[in-house]
Amino acid sequence: MYLLAIDWFFILEKLALIFVIIMLSMGVAMYATYGERKVAAFIQDRIGPNRAGPFGLFQPLADGGKLFFKEEIIPLASSKFLFILGPLLAMVTALLTSAVIPWGSSMTIGNRQVPLQVADVNIGILYVFGVVSLGVYGIMLGGWASNNKFSLLAAIRGASQMVSYELAMGLSLIAVLMLTGSLQMSVIVGEQYNSVWNIVYQPLGFIIFFICALAETNRTPFDLPEAENELNFGYHQEYSSMKLGFYLFAEYINMFISGVIMATLYFGGYDIPFVNEAHLAQRIGENWVALLTFLMLMAKALFFVFVFMWIRWTIPRFRFDQLMHLGWKRLIPLALANMILTAVVILWLKK
Amino acid sequence: MNITQLLFWILTVIAIGSALMIVTSKNPVYSVLGLIVTFFAISGHYILMNAQFLAIVNIIVYAGAIMVLFLFVIMLMNLSRATETLKNKWLQIVGAIAGSCLFLVLVAALKNTEIKKNLVEMGTGDIGLVKSLGRELFTTFVIPFEISSVLFLSAMIGSVVIGKKE
Repeated sequence: MYLLAIDWFFILEKLALIFVIIMLSMGVAMYATYGERKVAAFIQDRIGPNRAGPFGLFQPLADGGKLFFKEEIIPLASSKFLFILGPLLAMVTALLTSAVIPWGSSMTIGNRQVPLQVADVNIGILYVFGVVSLGVYGIMLGGWASNNKFSLLAAIRGASQMVSYELAMGLSLIAVLMLTGSLQMSVIVGEQYNSVWNIVYQPLGFIIFFICALAETNRTPFDLPEAENELNFGYHQEYSSMKLGFYLFAEYINMFISGVIMATLYFGGYDIPFVNEAHLAQRIGENWVALLTFLMLMAKALFFVFVFMWIRWTIPRFRFDQLMHLGWKRLIPLALANMILTAVVILWLKK
Repeated sequence: MNITQLLFWILTVIAIGSALMIVTSKNPVYSVLGLIVTFFAISGHYILMNAQFLAIVNIIVYAGAIMVLFLFVIMLMNLSRATETLKNKWLQIVGAIAGSCLFLVLVAALKNTEIKKNLVEMGTGDIGLVKSLGRELFTTFVIPFEISSVLFLSAMIGSVVIGKKE
């Protein structure tokens, strides 16, 4: 079906994929709030939410409904446009990243080969990096537009933290890129698919990346932008109703997406360990294998989400100078050393 | 009209509109936002020319880092209130003339280039992709590349020195 020189099936296929991925991120984020409270309860020897539905499974729906129906307050002294733009940007940047992630091996529908990836761009990982660097604006604009000193302080904290940890994150990524020799996400996964996972070569790089991911998503021990005992509530103090909900939601989506990216970069992406997918595909069909690989990626990502929660309920918060000290004086030199060491070993083995 | 040409015109309107917003808006935060939108539109143009690397680096460096610093300065110095506009009439006239002269020179310089003929280059030409760009930078242009890296290093050292002096 060609109209206006555009392959409409292609557009339909991509639209369907985008719809599924966004719904999936939303759903995972929704149930991550439930998971967070259950994990917290488990660690603190409580029961956790158990009133709404069996095992409290409808709790996220109740929370969402509550947020939607609450009164919406826009402070008089705020700049209204930016006040609304803040949570919007936070949400959009959280969802944008999922576009370049390969979610599974390709499917065959009819005669079409359908890759489970929205856009396999040449600059894959740089795109992720660009979107992450834009994530600052949601926090900064929201905090500033509230016209509240505490919000502004929290926003500035958040922005400086994210900018500082981006550096170490980028440096730890360079080592991975040197191993694969490509920025394309599908190539990075394909390389691990055929040989060993990157974590074997890059354990230090992974640890640095993981710490930076914690800082980028504003999770404990780096949740200084929302340190309630210093800053009341943080950058979203003046927000109410669903606008507050969007900020909190964006954090969970970010958590899920960073879990997916860690799995993709270091843990083989959608690769099922100890299984030859090509043999499996002959036995049960390509589409079922695609589904299985997708579930595998989800399992890996959800494991990282669980680790994020685990850390939140066991480790206390850093002080701000400690955070900056760790970021600039520990992680960046470590990441640089890791990068140079990787480069030397690659050169040495190739000679 | 081709779809890529349509995209080109849409991006152009966005770029020029937001560039005008930078100059005309009273509130500096809106100016910064306008500049960010302009960067995005220009990155869109780069993607239409199949220069993906340039597009994303433009976003990472300018929209993601430099504009954040601009916002920092504006927020911390509380420049959000509309400041006194320039009152001197002669300065305004001179500024307008100088700006038009620059515009004229740019138009004259670009008038006869071949860019005019192909606004959009979809899927052809791989000079903008990472691999070919990197190869060019590290073979043909290795000396300018290294010199500019030294320049960056000296700028970094300079900022550290200035920051330490208290």
